[in-house]
Formats: sequence, structure tokens, C-alpha cells
Amino acid sequence: MRLPRLRFAIACSLVAATVHAQEPGGTLKKIKDSGSITLGHRESSIPFSYYDDKQLVIGYSQEIMLAAVEAVRQQLKLAALQIKLNPVTSQNRISLVQNGTIDIECGSTTNNLERQKQVSFSNSIFVIGTRLLTKKDSGIRDFPDLAGKNVVTTAGTTSERLLRKMNEERKLGLNIISAKDHGESFLTLETGRAVAFMMDDALLYGELAKAKRPGDWTVTGTPQSREVYGCMLRRDDAPFKRVVDDAIGKLMKSGEAEKIYGKWFLNPIPPKGLNLGFPLSDDMKALLRNPNDKAFD
Amino acid sequence: MYEFDWSSIPGALPILAKGMSVTLELTLTAIAVGIVWGALLAMARLSGKPWLSWPAATYVNVFRAIPLVMVILWFYLIVPALLQQLLHVQASTDIRMASALVAFSLFESAYYAEIIRAGIQSVPKGQVAAAQALGMPYAQVMRWVVLPQALRNMTPLLLTQAIILFQDTSLVYVIGLADFFGAAYKVGDRDGRLVELLLFAGLIYFVICYAVSWLVKNLQRKSVA
Amino acid sequence: MGYAWNWSVLLSATPSGETTFLGWLLAGLQWTLGLSLAAWLVALIIGTLFGVLRTVPNRWLRGVATTYVEIFRNVPLLVQLFIWYFVLPELLPSTWGSAIKQSDPLMQQFIAAWLCLFCFTGARVCEQVRGGIESLPGGQRNAALALGLTLPQTYRQVLLPMAFRIIVPPLTSEFLNIFKNSAVASTIGLIELSRQAQQLVDYTAQPYEAFIAVTLLYALINVVVMLAMRWVEATTRFPGFVGGR
Repeated sequence: MRLPRLRFAIACSLVAATVHAQEPGGTLKKIKDSGSITLGHRESSIPFSYYDDKQLVIGYSQEIMLAAVEAVRQQLKLAALQIKLNPVTSQNRISLVQNGTIDIECGSTTNNLERQKQVSFSNSIFVIGTRLLTKKDSGIRDFPDLAGKNVVTTAGTTSERLLRKMNEERKLGLNIISAKDHGESFLTLETGRAVAFMMDDALLYGELAKAKRPGDWTVTGTPQSREVYGCMLRRDDAPFKRVVDDAIGKLMKSGEAEKIYGKWFLNPIPPKGLNLGFPLSDDMKALLRNPNDKAFD
Repeated sequence: MYEFDWSSIPGALPILAKGMSVTLELTLTAIAVGIVWGALLAMARLSGKPWLSWPAATYVNVFRAIPLVMVILWFYLIVPALLQQLLHVQASTDIRMASALVAFSLFESAYYAEIIRAGIQSVPKGQVAAAQALGMPYAQVMRWVVLPQALRNMTPLLLTQAIILFQDTSLVYVIGLADFFGAAYKVGDRDGRLVELLLFAGLIYFVICYAVSWLVKNLQRKSVA
Repeated sequence: MGYAWNWSVLLSATPSGETTFLGWLLAGLQWTLGLSLAAWLVALIIGTLFGVLRTVPNRWLRGVATTYVEIFRNVPLLVQLFIWYFVLPELLPSTWGSAIKQSDPLMQQFIAAWLCLFCFTGARVCEQVRGGIESLPGGQRNAALALGLTLPQTYRQVLLPMAFRIIVPPLTSEFLNIFKNSAVASTIGLIELSRQAQQLVDYTAQPYEAFIAVTLLYALINVVVMLAMRWVEATTRFPGFVGGR
């Protein structure tokens, strides 16, 4: 007897999905009503957003996200705001923002025009170039050296698209392995399944932080793209975006952002206390001086 | 040759135990919901009324045609959006756990329904006729005559299905929920000791499943005797 | 956030331009079918072999078969797959291990998934075969042996032909299961159907279309296999004997 009703409900929901165009109130109202906000974080985007050895989420982007959450709390004049953490992968992060599972994601997500059709991005938080991680003695210096070899990248990233396109256009004959996350990509590289790992340079340095012998590895190759990271928000939610943008802008203007940068890129970080030694690039300096949400493509 | 290093396991036991509690929560919820909802589906299928039996049969056949991995992904990536739009529920719970609980419960119901249907059909027709001749309505025939006997016949199969379900919960890996297997994988990845942690996880699953299926076998023997 | 249905997205070209998204789905379908059928073939062979071993008089042979079944039935499929894929190459002598790991990744993923699926399903087929043999009246075995047939002849000419006819229905459900279980291969990166579903969501941003299309393809496989097995059941049925359903 319950079953027809359930089917009816499903049918209704399909109709509702197409009819209910714009939900009033947006994310801020949702946060205010529920007293909670759900943050999307990464599990192995070192040093942006990852687990430490107690399975707590830490990292450069995570700190920025928490600053934004604090700004949201103040804006809504809430005494307390419950924070829920939801891990995401490169492949499901956009769907999870769209379907309302998470309210904001700050990790290592590139802001580009293609993605702007699906989600919206906050003020940028980082600038990267896409390069290669390889063994020092592998003989790989740049992308042409990869011809005919196994190369790993992470599924759902801009690098995956770039690598596929390059392989098709230049007929490199690469065997591309798409791993679930950056941790699995590095595992693929470290166990010898791939000769190189293509990814954003900062993340490649980050992977070294947990390598058994960091000295064996090197980041190499001409950057194939210049990209900016932003925090992902649902589209067409200007009030929420404004709060997050202001919070990030304030961090940058006040010099706080540079301090956070120093903590994660110029000092020893978990899990093994390695210092990435990754100084501020000119692009990053420009961004800190002039916070904006422009994509580079 | 590979050099084993099991040293990361003792320190990881609390994380692994937490993972096991997630595994058990999923398993027990899906068993409880699966048996109740599955029994209703089975009775609907056997009711002889097309408006009941047809939807029930469709439900069971659809869920049995789709891989569990796909069902889990459906309930994680697609269904939450639908439900939020339909019921305007706030996403205040852990969506991963909630969607996994719903996915496993609804999926397992389809399998339990088939086991229960076979169990009901194993009761001789003459008994139903006799009970009806005594003036019992359908619900009472089911409650007092058919189900008690059916239950005894299908208990071993229900338990075997529970063991399969316990193993299948490891598939929540695809939505990043840290059940026992997910926890073992994470620790292995974190410490660069994936080989040891995977073997350890396999061993624990084996011990538990072997012990439970041994119990089931003995139970079966006792009930036959 | 309303949803804009757009089924034509399946016909648009992929970013690298070599095919359409529908082409990706069909490629995924091929991997699912190839993997499942290849694994089913071997599962039937080793399942039958071990199923016979579980019913022979020799204790040691029975013990070997029982061990095989217990191991592969009591460890989750996903754990078995990860052990084949991540652990096995590390435990082999390092020259072999690295030779495997440097080969074509698609082949590595396929072979690991194939080994995993046929061992897993073989254990289940084995139990069906054993059940089928044990359900035959003991007199058949004794009569065959008394007529002077050797034990292998008894199995080949008397027991197995009967047992197989009895177990067609449970084998059908195992056969259906292998297609569904093949979706687990997505976790090690094999781009079969369910992995294509996730990839399509990522590339097209049209999750409903991708998931509905892939789900329908699985349902289609299910229906085709069911019809084929019904035909097998009908043609192998013994007139007036076991198939008295």
C-alpha cells in the first residue's frame, strides 16, 4: 500500500525538480535556518586541504575556508555555527556543490570558464602551473619525454583534460591513468606504475611531504597552463558570494593571507614535518595585492 | 622481495574500530529495514492483486538489475538533490551516511523480498486453504500460519544474505565514507603501508564472515535435526 | 536550481574530440561485457572443477576445494580486487612486479579485475555444482560405479550432465551477478560502464542523463541475459524429469 504512494512521490519530485526554478533565500538563509554549514574538503590535497595523522582536516585552503565561515557567522549574527565536514574528490566536487550536499568547497579547485557555467567561484586563493613529478633518475625532463609511457593524473582535474588533449593532438601515445585522488596518483607513481604524475605544481610539492624519500623526486617540465584556485559556491547566490569574497579580500589586504601562506609553504608541515620551500610567485604577489575572482583562461 | 612492516596497525586500531562501527551500523540498519520492507514487498507480490503485485515486482526487478556501486552513487550524487527540492529538507545530517543507509536499505529489501517470497511459497498450499476454511482473513493467515513456518525455512538464507551484505558495505568506498575498509585504506595510504593494511582488512573480514557462516551452518543442522 | 534536461549532450563531441560521449558509454559497455564474459567462462571451468572436488571420496582433494571456497566467499569483493591490483605486484619478485606495473595500465586493470571476478564467482559456481551433485540420488553414483565406469567417467557421463540441468536457475543468477559485480572494477580505474557514468557527470555536468543512460544499459544487459538463460534452460530440460517446474 505504501509503494504506490512512494512512486507517486518520486514522480512528483521529478516534476518538482523541473518546476521549482529559483529557491528563495539561498545559502545564507539555509545556514541561518539550520544553524549549520557543510564544508567540502579534500582528503589528500597537500598542503591545501588534507588529513593529518589524527584524521583532522588541515591546510592552506582549509584555514581560508574557516575564516570565511567565521565571517558568515558574524554576518548572520549567530552565537554559534555548527560546522560539518564532507570529503570530496576532484570528480564529484562540482556535483556535490550543485546538489546542495556541501555549501562551500575550498581545496584545490581551478576557477575556469567551463566550470563557471556550473558553479560560481569566490575571490581566488592561489595560482599554480601544471607540471610533472618524476623520479630524479627517470630521464624525464619535459612533456615530450613521456611519449609511449604510463603517466598518472587525478580524475576530474584540469590536468586530466589537458593531458588527454595533448596526447590526442601531439600523438604522444601516452597511457593515461586517472586515479581517484592525489594520494592515489602519487601511490601510482611511487609504486612504479607510472613514470610521471601531471598535476598543479604546488600539489606536486605537497605530495613530496609524505614521500618515503622526498629527495628521490623532482618537479619538472614546462608549465602547460597557468590556473587560479577559488572556493566553489553555488551559482547565482550573490549575497553568500559577497560575504566569502569580502572575507578573503580582507585576509589578503591585512597580510593575514601571507602569514597563512608562510605557515604551509615555507615551514615544516604534517605529516612528516617537511618544509616545501615554495616561495611566493609573482602571480601570487599580484593576487595578494589585488584580490579578484578572475579566471585565467 | 617485499619487506613487510606491520608497525602502523597497532596505532591505527582506534581509527579502524571506528570504521568497523560504521560498517556494523550500515549492516544492521540495512538488515532491519530490509527484512521489514522486504516482507511487505514479498506479501504484496504474492497478494494476487495486480495493483499491489505489479509495483512490488517492478521494484524488486529494478533493484536487482543494477550494480550496487551504481545504486550507492545514485543515492549520493542524484537523489539528495531530488529530495531537497521535493521535501525542502535541510542538509543538516551527514549526507554520506544518510544516503548510504537509504541506498543499502532499499537495495537489500529487494533481495530480502525474494528470499521471503521463496520462504512463503515453501509453505504447502493446503495449509492456507485450511486456515481460510476456518474463516481467517488473509492477514491472519499470513500472521499465524504462513509466516512462522516460512521464517524457519528461510532463516539460513536470511543470515547468508546478511553476511553478503556485511561484505558489500565495503563499497561505500566509492562515496568516501570511512567504514572499516575505507579506514584501513586511508591508514595504508597515509603511512605508505597499503599492502599490509589491505591484507589485514582482508583477514579481519575473513575471520568474521567465516565465524558467522560456521554458526549459521550449525544452526541449520540443529533446526533440521 | 532547476534542471535543464539535455539528452543531446550524449551526441556532442568529447573535449579531446576523438568521439562523442555516447561513444564513451559504448566503450564502457564493451569493457563491462568483455570483462564479465571472460570472467564467467573461467569461473564456470574452475567452479565445476572445484565443485567436483568437493564431492570426491578423497579427503585431501575435498580439503583443497573447501579452502578455495571459504577464502573467496568470506572476503569482500572490493578487498579481493585491491589485493589483486595493489598487493600482488608488490609480493612478486621485484623484476616481475615492475614488469607488470610498467605494462599498459588498462591491461593491468583488466587482468586484475578478471582474476578477481573469476576467482570470486568460481567459488560461488563451485557451491552450486556441489549442491547439484549432492541433490542427485546416491544410487546414481553407485549404479554407475557398479556398471564398471571409473570415477571420472561417472562424473562426466552420469553425475555432471544431470547436476548441470538442475542448477541452471541458480547459475543464471550468478551469471547476472557477474555483470553487476564487474562495476567494482571502476574503483581501480577500469573505465567500464559505471566509471563512464561518473566521468560523464564530471565532463558534461548533466548527471541525470549520464546516470539514467548507464542504468538503462545495465537493465538491458540483465534482460538479455535472462532471456538467453531461459532459452538455455528450456533446451537442456530433461523431458518429464528435473525440469518439472
